[in-house]
Amino acid sequence: MEKILEVRDLHVTFHTYAGEVQAVRGVNFEVGKGEAIGIVGESGCGKSVTAQSILKLLPQPPVQYKQGSILFNGQDLLKKSEKEMEKVRGKEISMIFQDPMTSLNPTMTVGKQIAEGLTKHHKMSAAAAHKRAVELLEMVGIPQPERRVNQYPHEFSGGMRQRAMIAIALACQPQLLIADEPTTALDVTIQAQILELMKELQKKLGTSIILITHDLGVVADMCERVIVMYAGKVVESGTVDEIFYNPQHPYTKGLLRSVPRLDQNRNEPLTPIYGTPPDLLKPPAGCGYAARCESAMRVCQLYDPKLDMVRSNHQSACWLHHPLAQGKTGS
Amino acid sequence: MGTQTQETLIEVRNLKKFFKVGGQTLKAVNDISFTINRGETLGVVGESGCGKSTAGRTILRLYEPTAGEVIFEGKNISKLQGSELKAMRRNMQMIFQDPYASLNPRMTVGDIIGEALDIHGLATGQERKERIQELLSLVSLNPGHIDRFPHEFSGGQRQRIGIARALAVEPKFIVCDEPISALDVSVQAQVVNLLEQLQEKMGLTYMFIAHDLSMVKYISDRVAVMYLGKMVELAESEKLYEKPLHPYTQALLSAIPIPDPEVERKRERIVLQGDVPSPMNPPSGCHFRTRCPKAMPECAAMEPVWKEVEPGHFTACHLYN
Repeated sequence: MEKILEVRDLHVTFHTYAGEVQAVRGVNFEVGKGEAIGIVGESGCGKSVTAQSILKLLPQPPVQYKQGSILFNGQDLLKKSEKEMEKVRGKEISMIFQDPMTSLNPTMTVGKQIAEGLTKHHKMSAAAAHKRAVELLEMVGIPQPERRVNQYPHEFSGGMRQRAMIAIALACQPQLLIADEPTTALDVTIQAQILELMKELQKKLGTSIILITHDLGVVADMCERVIVMYAGKVVESGTVDEIFYNPQHPYTKGLLRSVPRLDQNRNEPLTPIYGTPPDLLKPPAGCGYAARCESAMRVCQLYDPKLDMVRSNHQSACWLHHPLAQGKTGS
Repeated sequence: MGTQTQETLIEVRNLKKFFKVGGQTLKAVNDISFTINRGETLGVVGESGCGKSTAGRTILRLYEPTAGEVIFEGKNISKLQGSELKAMRRNMQMIFQDPYASLNPRMTVGDIIGEALDIHGLATGQERKERIQELLSLVSLNPGHIDRFPHEFSGGQRQRIGIARALAVEPKFIVCDEPISALDVSVQAQVVNLLEQLQEKMGLTYMFIAHDLSMVKYISDRVAVMYLGKMVELAESEKLYEKPLHPYTQALLSAIPIPDPEVERKRERIVLQGDVPSPMNPPSGCHFRTRCPKAMPECAAMEPVWKEVEPGHFTACHLYN
């Protein structure tokens, strides 16, 4: 598959009064053309920072891109100037945020916000952009688009705002869409509508999608590949089937076990992951998960495991896969 | 969970709660009736704005009911005043959704939990301190942390503090209003397990309000589904998930994403069109008819009656009349 995005050894840090927080510590992944990948993990594992780094949305300082590269169609986005990035944002790569109320401009009509990108990137006239905005609202399933286009975000319901945000994101037909928890603030029936819409648009426009979520069900529904992040690193990645049916990393196993299945018996207790993620001000020398891991060995405290091929379509970073750890079984 | 009995603890009869909003009436809870047995967990699900939280709060008399009755252990509590009301409050407590907003940041954990003891005059001095420490260990927190402030705890730990506070007065009934929605999945399981253990140990009765349907199914004995202030279906949780009767329940269940790619690929989803209508001005007849894939002419004309279609399985839908 043709690669559209390659993230190589990305390190992102935040300067704080307490010191340097190492939010992302050497992340590697790639996205193919037309592919939907999911990034999952607990709050604070670095998934949003990774995503926002792709568009360089984080203010520098306090953020510093320490190392690595983000290749988009072969060009390193981290080397681009702010001016060059403005040509990428919204045109080549777009983003949908979690909270549609705070990420839309309350003082601008929805139509204007959709048209903004079109007039800027495609040099469309205001009238043509307005017409296109109506078409886009219709495409994302908003009834009476001619009337709605002149309304303000507060006149829209939560689901409609998220649809409007998708319309803004897709206005210039970007090659890559980053969706950061796009349905977390929505009710399940509205979530189903939005996911259905994203799938349809992915098929129709061939857009690649990076979906960030903590809902494993949403990933199973939407994505072809999954990346599991923990403490600023990728701990496991693979196709959805591999991750859900053949998870290798104890953290992934833990995540999958802590959600009840619909067929789960009420008498068997859920299996939570005890403890909390490490403080990334002083990240541990060894595996970030070692302190919470049931199968942790001495080596886990001392050295950080590298991502190993488990199968051709599956990688995992755990010392249990090492030949010397054979015979020990993961939980 | 094995603690469920056939004895009715709470009976809710035709409960209504209306709010006046800018000259209009918002019918947040509009005529709901059900019972909760001692030791049982009743799950309540529905989309935002369906009235599930208002129902929980009105039962506890945190809101004054507009009409209807709440019978707790055979006693009508909807008209109680003064000291009687205060005594009743000891029996019924609440756990809130947001563990950040529901704890006073200027109070120590000891005082947050101790406040309940002070109000009801349950313990003072050394006894009070011991009781607070006992409650902290009951919810698996370090009793030595009694003098810490809420900001020193993680989200899951704060929710445990909220639980300890609710348990301080030894209630019989607890309304859990989305107690795990703000937590990470790995932590949700900890809190749910804790709630289940406490129920077993202390014979508690829960009303568990949530929108995560798979968690509700796991924790509840029976589940009620609400839509626009009305209850549309109520059944044992197994039954409700296997054979949902009301078209809204069917759509709601089919909308939950299941963490299993194989199942997801094969699934046919019922995707509801449009949004929930405004509760200020709900549709005539059945409130769900504007989004219902099976709506018939009579749905607009007449409100469906709440009735027991099968033993223990209630629904309000014209399809079953």
